[in-house]
Amino acid sequence: MAVLLEARGISKRFGGLTALDNVDFTLDEGRIASIIGPNGAGKTTFFNVFTGIYVPEEGTVTFRGTPVLGKRPDQITALGICRTFQNIRLFSNMTAVENVLVGMHSRIPLGLWDVLGRGPRWAREEGALWARAGELLSLIGLRAKANEIARNLPYGDQRRLEIGRALASRPALLLLDEPTAGMTQGEARGLMDLLRRLVRELSLTVLLIEHNMRVVMEVSDRVTVLDYGQKIAEGQAAEVQRNPRVVEAYLGRKRYAAGSAGG
Amino acid sequence: MKRLLAQPVSAFIISVGLILVTAYAVSHFPRSIVAFMLFQASILVLYFARMPGWVKGALAAATLGVLMPLLGSINGYYLEIAIQVGIFVALALGLNIVVGLAGLLDLGYVAFFAVGAYTWAVFGSPQANLFLPGEHFPLAQGWFFLFLLVGVGMAAGAGILLGLPVLRLHGDYLAIVTLGFGEVIRVLANNLDKPINFTNGPKGITPISRPPIFFDPVLRAIGINPDPNVIYPLYLYFIVLAIVGVTVLVNRRLEDSHIGRAWEAIREDQTAAQAMGVPLVRSKLLAFACGASFAGTVGVLFSAKQVFINPESFTFMESIGVLAMVILGGMGSIPGAVLGATVVTVLNLQVLKGLSLWLNELRNAGTTIFGWSLQNLPTQLEPAKYERMVFGLILVLMMIFRPQGILPARRRHRELTDGAGEPH
Repeated sequence: MAVLLEARGISKRFGGLTALDNVDFTLDEGRIASIIGPNGAGKTTFFNVFTGIYVPEEGTVTFRGTPVLGKRPDQITALGICRTFQNIRLFSNMTAVENVLVGMHSRIPLGLWDVLGRGPRWAREEGALWARAGELLSLIGLRAKANEIARNLPYGDQRRLEIGRALASRPALLLLDEPTAGMTQGEARGLMDLLRRLVRELSLTVLLIEHNMRVVMEVSDRVTVLDYGQKIAEGQAAEVQRNPRVVEAYLGRKRYAAGSAGG
Repeated sequence: MKRLLAQPVSAFIISVGLILVTAYAVSHFPRSIVAFMLFQASILVLYFARMPGWVKGALAAATLGVLMPLLGSINGYYLEIAIQVGIFVALALGLNIVVGLAGLLDLGYVAFFAVGAYTWAVFGSPQANLFLPGEHFPLAQGWFFLFLLVGVGMAAGAGILLGLPVLRLHGDYLAIVTLGFGEVIRVLANNLDKPINFTNGPKGITPISRPPIFFDPVLRAIGINPDPNVIYPLYLYFIVLAIVGVTVLVNRRLEDSHIGRAWEAIREDQTAAQAMGVPLVRSKLLAFACGASFAGTVGVLFSAKQVFINPESFTFMESIGVLAMVILGGMGSIPGAVLGATVVTVLNLQVLKGLSLWLNELRNAGTTIFGWSLQNLPTQLEPAKYERMVFGLILVLMMIFRPQGILPARRRHRELTDGAGEPH
């Protein structure tokens, strides 16, 4: 299986705080992978490095062999990496379909003169955009709410709309930052089914940051665990779950009282 | 009323009736401010009437293209007001792109207006002879039309010039820098009379050429002897009307396109917009350039209309005035910007001035109220002098009761069709 994304020796510091400490990470095409870790472990920072929001002090990131670091976020989106945000960041005063249309921006071959002239080329392209937006909205189950203002959508719909907006840029790699946060178990399950479908139908690769362990264990082909900016474990879900360092990171070190056999 | 306007037939009858009745009233009472304002209001009713787009367009064209000039020939002042309204509508629409759509608060917008105005003023008057060899200036009147485009280019260039250093700023910081930019342009105009005299400093530039009456032979052929004093206001009115028409069209096309959507996305959440593939630098510069270009072209027209310009026409208060129009009308809304500009201009030129005149008349007639003579009224108490105060009051009231503006931007509701989606 071809390597899609490769990060080598990534370090990112904020003043005295080391958010990422020499992290290596490889992602194969067509997978669903997860990054887990306690709060403040550096997961979102990792995403921000991939999407050009932060530039790390050290390390390299390549996407399909192309170096990513130093590129602007919009250029990285054009390369084929797109993301959602931990705290939903929709364009809240625009409609659902407009949100999706903005997501297509990097794939629109029209310029200022096309827009002002509104020739046949513009009509054809714009028509195709709207048609595709309709398809995407159907895919995420929001077709009927296309003209609703994003801010007025229920929470779960907003989460899905964010995924739809990211999909609009035709990414090869979709980065989802806690996509099921605040969802009920049922909604989360529905979202996971959607993700599996996307991977199958759109030949997409998905990288998740997730706190919902049930989701992580169920859907991930591979799990990476970060703690204090370091990668402490990596592998299949079940292996990682049993790894003592992971348990320690989440639950804390066992305290042995003198004479006792532990607890 | 609302129900009647929702039916195409009754809406047509009502709006046409209102326009004709008020136009008749204006023609009958040419000095009545109220009649003229009712006439303007009837155009607003036309906007709200639910009719097919082409009917509305035809009615608006007939009203603005035929009725308004006719009324203007009865009372020339109305034409002057209409021209001023047109100039401010174009300015408000330009600023609406920058502030309303892209969310970049620009407090120095009048700078671009000044750039356009000085572009024509310098070359359309003998001024350019002072720093260019030969006696080529003023340019022939026909150049005016080319300069409408040159004004666009110059102002767009100035917009990019302003945009480049402020790309990283937003909110308050951006507002302060743009305010500074506006002042810089004005101070430049004030001081670029030495060592080389480009702008003639505070004395201003005059006489500036007016556009050529190229249809003069036609008028003579049909037996009208063109009197410049009558023809020019009408002529300028039609040029303004054309500029406003183009401005509205360009605005609508930009707004309803991937460019406009990208601007709105930047306004909503800049980081998310960039993460979704919107190039921030290019989009913001485009917004500054597009917004500025409208100001540039009406600037050219303004200097030709005034024949004389000096830096005093381009003060900070003008920028604030245009911003107030956009906010009053509704940020990001094209009808809002048009209405805001109209209301504010009419308020300034008609209502407050009219009140002042009326008060003066009463004073001179020696009217008394409850035994107290109006002649005792201090002369400072003149509504026209309270323009800014009335303005401020209106804005404060608006912020409390209708913060989204008079005609807030409506989200387009669009049915999605399968396969070949047809946007309209």
